Amino acid sequence: MDLLNLAIKSIFIENILLSMFLGMCSYLAQSKKIESATGLGAAVVLVMTLACPVNWLIKHHLLRPGALAWTHIDALANMDLSFLSFICFISVIAALTQVVEMVMDRFFPPLYATLGIFLPLIAVNCAILGAVLFMDERKYDLAQSSVYGCTAGIGWALAIMILAAIRKKMRYSNVPAGLRGLGIAFLVTGFMAIGFLCFSGISLGTN
Amino acid sequence: MASKTSKLLTDPLLDNNPVTFQILGVCSSLAVTTQVKTALVMGAALTLVTGCSNLAVSLLRKQIPAKIRMIVELCVIATLVIVADQVLKAMLYDVSKQLSVFVGLIITNCIVMGRAEAFALQNPAGKSFLDGIGNGLGYSMVLVIVSSIRELLGSGTLLGHHILPASYPPNLLMVLPPGAFIVIALLIWFQRTLITKQHQEEA
Repeated sequence: MDLLNLAIKSIFIENILLSMFLGMCSYLAQSKKIESATGLGAAVVLVMTLACPVNWLIKHHLLRPGALAWTHIDALANMDLSFLSFICFISVIAALTQVVEMVMDRFFPPLYATLGIFLPLIAVNCAILGAVLFMDERKYDLAQSSVYGCTAGIGWALAIMILAAIRKKMRYSNVPAGLRGLGIAFLVTGFMAIGFLCFSGISLGTN
Repeated sequence: MASKTSKLLTDPLLDNNPVTFQILGVCSSLAVTTQVKTALVMGAALTLVTGCSNLAVSLLRKQIPAKIRMIVELCVIATLVIVADQVLKAMLYDVSKQLSVFVGLIITNCIVMGRAEAFALQNPAGKSFLDGIGNGLGYSMVLVIVSSIRELLGSGTLLGHHILPASYPPNLLMVLPPGAFIVIALLIWFQRTLITKQHQEEA
């Protein structure tokens, strides 16, 4: 139940894009066509689902104070390496996208043909690093981290697909010249965020 | 030459402001804009990181092999962000709690990476440093404008001081996330209509 609550919270209530403003760059750039929005959304879900648990393992078995106790070396047992978390997280994310890209290329060529071009973009997508940092800050356990990673990705994909659909409908609308493109995209996102506000307060069962 | 150098610093502030015109770095610029204070700290951190990363990348530009330059840049930036984060934790603990993960997200801020890639790789160290500071200041300026509007309309205060009379009903929408999107949209509209030269190129 808790995990389901967490899932609903990270998809709808605390949508990583509409309430945390993460991943805006690729959200604005790739939402002109529905196909590319769907492709990028799927790639983000995939990488986020992998990145959160992997980074959780790294934080808890290598970086956290006392995490190196399993080495049985006295000098390492009390070491606090958590100041290194940023650089480790971003390297893991970059490496992970490379690995996913190679695996996909080798074993699922059709999938690679559709998602492949989006993977390099994702390495520097702030939504991924943002999700990993939130997972770290909120002290989720391994199961929560996996669920959070997957559902935060789904929330992001949902937002970009909605925007792409709205932009498609908007193609024939008469938008004031200065608002065209970027301006109207932000305005629409603002209204989407207002729409998502009505989800706040949903909670299943007791805490 | 003197005017050219100062142009490096002032150009990004208005004519070529990174947030609206280069569409870069809008990500993290919004979540910290509910209060002017957090926006100022965030802007200062980003300005220093951009300046120093431009300086470092520019000094290393002859040594970095072209193929792995992104990774090298990322390492330089991540290191500087770690320094900024630790300094904030030590000196301004309350603010750093409020900024939460957003200091860490400077790593993926496209302005820092974009300037290293587009400017510092081709230019000498001094110029690159100024370019970084200038772009950082342009970014901070937008942050401060957005946060002033949101704080003033959303809670009637600026930097925590009451500005509007007590009879002003706080507009909650401005403090909530949608407020940021709408303020940014209006800013872009405003700037594009004023500076038509840029706007025609954009269209």
